[in-house]
Amino acid sequence: MVLKRKDFLGLYDVSAEEITEILNTAVAMKEIFTRSVKKIPTLRGKTIVNLFFEPSTRTKSSFDLAAKRLSADVMSISKSSSSVVKGETLLDTAKTMEVMGADVVVIRHSASGAAEFLARNIQASVLNAGDGAHSHPTQGLLDMYTIREKLGRIEGLKVLIVGDIAHSRVAHSNIRGLTTMGAEVRVTGPATLLPKEVEKMGVKAYTNLDEALVGVDVVNILRIQLERQASGLFPSINEYRHFYGVNEKRLAQLADDILIMHPGPMNRGIEIESSVADGANSVITEQVTNGVAIRMALLYLLAGRSLKHEDLN
Amino acid sequence: MKTLIKNAFIIDPINQLNGQYDLLLEGEQISEVAVKIEDQGYQLIELAGRILLPGLIDMHTHLREPGYEEKETIKSGGEAAAAGGFTTIACMPNTKPVADNPATVEYIKSKARDCVVKVLPIGSITKNLLGKELGEIGFLAEAGVKALSDDGNSVMNSEIMRRAMEYANSFGLPIISHCEDFNLNGNGVMNEGYYSTILGLKPIPPAAEEIMIARDILLAELTGARLHIAHLSTKRGLEMVCDARERGLQVTTEVTPHHLLLTDKAVKSYNPDTKVNPPLRCEQDVEALRTALQDGLIEAIASDHAPHTFEDKLGEYDYAAFGISGLETTLALIHNEFIQADLLDWNDLVRLMLINPANILGLTVEGIKAGAVADLTIFDQEKTWTVSKDKLKSKGKNTPFAGWELQGKVVMTIVNGKVVYTDLDDQGKIRY
Repeated sequence: MVLKRKDFLGLYDVSAEEITEILNTAVAMKEIFTRSVKKIPTLRGKTIVNLFFEPSTRTKSSFDLAAKRLSADVMSISKSSSSVVKGETLLDTAKTMEVMGADVVVIRHSASGAAEFLARNIQASVLNAGDGAHSHPTQGLLDMYTIREKLGRIEGLKVLIVGDIAHSRVAHSNIRGLTTMGAEVRVTGPATLLPKEVEKMGVKAYTNLDEALVGVDVVNILRIQLERQASGLFPSINEYRHFYGVNEKRLAQLADDILIMHPGPMNRGIEIESSVADGANSVITEQVTNGVAIRMALLYLLAGRSLKHEDLN
Repeated sequence: MKTLIKNAFIIDPINQLNGQYDLLLEGEQISEVAVKIEDQGYQLIELAGRILLPGLIDMHTHLREPGYEEKETIKSGGEAAAAGGFTTIACMPNTKPVADNPATVEYIKSKARDCVVKVLPIGSITKNLLGKELGEIGFLAEAGVKALSDDGNSVMNSEIMRRAMEYANSFGLPIISHCEDFNLNGNGVMNEGYYSTILGLKPIPPAAEEIMIARDILLAELTGARLHIAHLSTKRGLEMVCDARERGLQVTTEVTPHHLLLTDKAVKSYNPDTKVNPPLRCEQDVEALRTALQDGLIEAIASDHAPHTFEDKLGEYDYAAFGISGLETTLALIHNEFIQADLLDWNDLVRLMLINPANILGLTVEGIKAGAVADLTIFDQEKTWTVSKDKLKSKGKNTPFAGWELQGKVVMTIVNGKVVYTDLDDQGKIRY
């Protein structure tokens, strides 16, 4: 199976079948991690460019590793080291990468819609690694992968996303993906961090964490950007921790097999207590591992559009 | 040299004309209007029943000169106006330098002498549009500005706005207010609602506009000033304007074609040409504006022509400039969407695009009669065309209507008795 699309920009227009196929492909990719040689030749001769216009350690290294394990040639450009700082436009940077022969351009950008813009303007496949407050499809997929791996299914599960929903592309892609897969999605956070008409996306919104937690199977805790407090969106870090922090006490009220997730990087002791982050219910480190598998799957499905499925084995 | 215009379907509510006439032009004036005028060797323009209107006014444009000539010049903006069927345009003062002083106004007027249409400068309310000190309102009035506005900026300080209204009133100038609370707008780039949520774009709540409309209406009440609310875009804002009008205040408003024809759903493709301030609003707002327009509750239609360079609009939505290039599409869009659909008639249109704007700006219009200045707009209701960025006369190609197929087109514009634009021959040329 290959993706019937040039680009992968978000989960808003991706079907349940496609998501399932990507998750299944990622299962095969993850199997490679257990081998002594964690590398397959599938994308040999393909060029993947990681274009990071925003600081990122995790996502960038995850994409780097994913491309390398598929034997692709990888170029990584981040804002500080590229000519972007000299006023080169996003378009020119991407076009330069393209004429250098990029098959896939992975883009992370602070502006919503940047990946769409790029996709419209270059021939290479564009893979969105996070754009503004819009989309972060690989995170959405790796979260779903983790849920499916741990709980055996996605459909019918109750998943709660906690925190700054308004500014979170992670929340956005999780909502899109999970609702497509038939999960019941709830979001909670201070009213100031819930976007307008979010319930139209098919979720239930709560401003009270404890009410939102009742009966859920998965809690996905978002990083709170501390600067949101300074811009007047909530009164203090202390208050945020009190009302929206996931701690031992709250965990004790929940089902024994509840999954605790966090896309990282964590503010330990603020949105998540360390004992919860490191506890038995936490799958936070596995999310990171699964992220590599998901990114391998997507790179394979995009860059490998001309390849046959057998090449994987 | 006399010009005979044959078989024009004249619509002129000023002179109660609504039918087919011939029209004789002599020099800058109309010398005769009659059902039939014999051709005595005049220069002939055969209109074969096309619509002829008294020359329209666009009371809200940005001509960018001086200072931003890469976006537009008075000359290129004038060409766009002529191609769009306007014979007179008012230009906002947010130039560089700002038109907050008589010298800049004089400069604009001197440049306007090479412009094919008539240009009416608007002066700024505050110095350098900073909202801190009053501009030289008296000197600006003497220099001939027709209104005052800090358009693009809001005068955030209510005390300054109050004093500006009082002061402007004594010089007979209306205040045109761009209503936007700069704290509440949150550096947003589109309307707040479902679409800002799914697109992840920073939202501007309708209340950012409405709060300032409410404040300015209260200040107009306090001061007795003439207040014109620019580019009204929300239902609640409209209700407040209507309420003020019912209470007898001198409050008027205008609406743009894009706020009548597009909702925030249009932003979905992240097309920077949909980025405009005030932003494209939700369906209920658009519906309310459309209904109000038909009910005669909105005085004027204006383009808010805001030309930008290709680069200004290239790339990420967040970083693109606000504004839509509108001079060349306004009349045709309103015809296509409202007159064709029988939601407005031509008399309404002349009121919205000539009579009311002229009243607001304190201009006298004579319309189409012997002895009047020959400023005329000629429109072919049958001619179809596709809006194309390449064909725009304006330097600003930033239109979200590119690709729209429209029925009805401006085919000739006459200013001071001179044909400055003709598309009767499908050439669409400007004539100097």
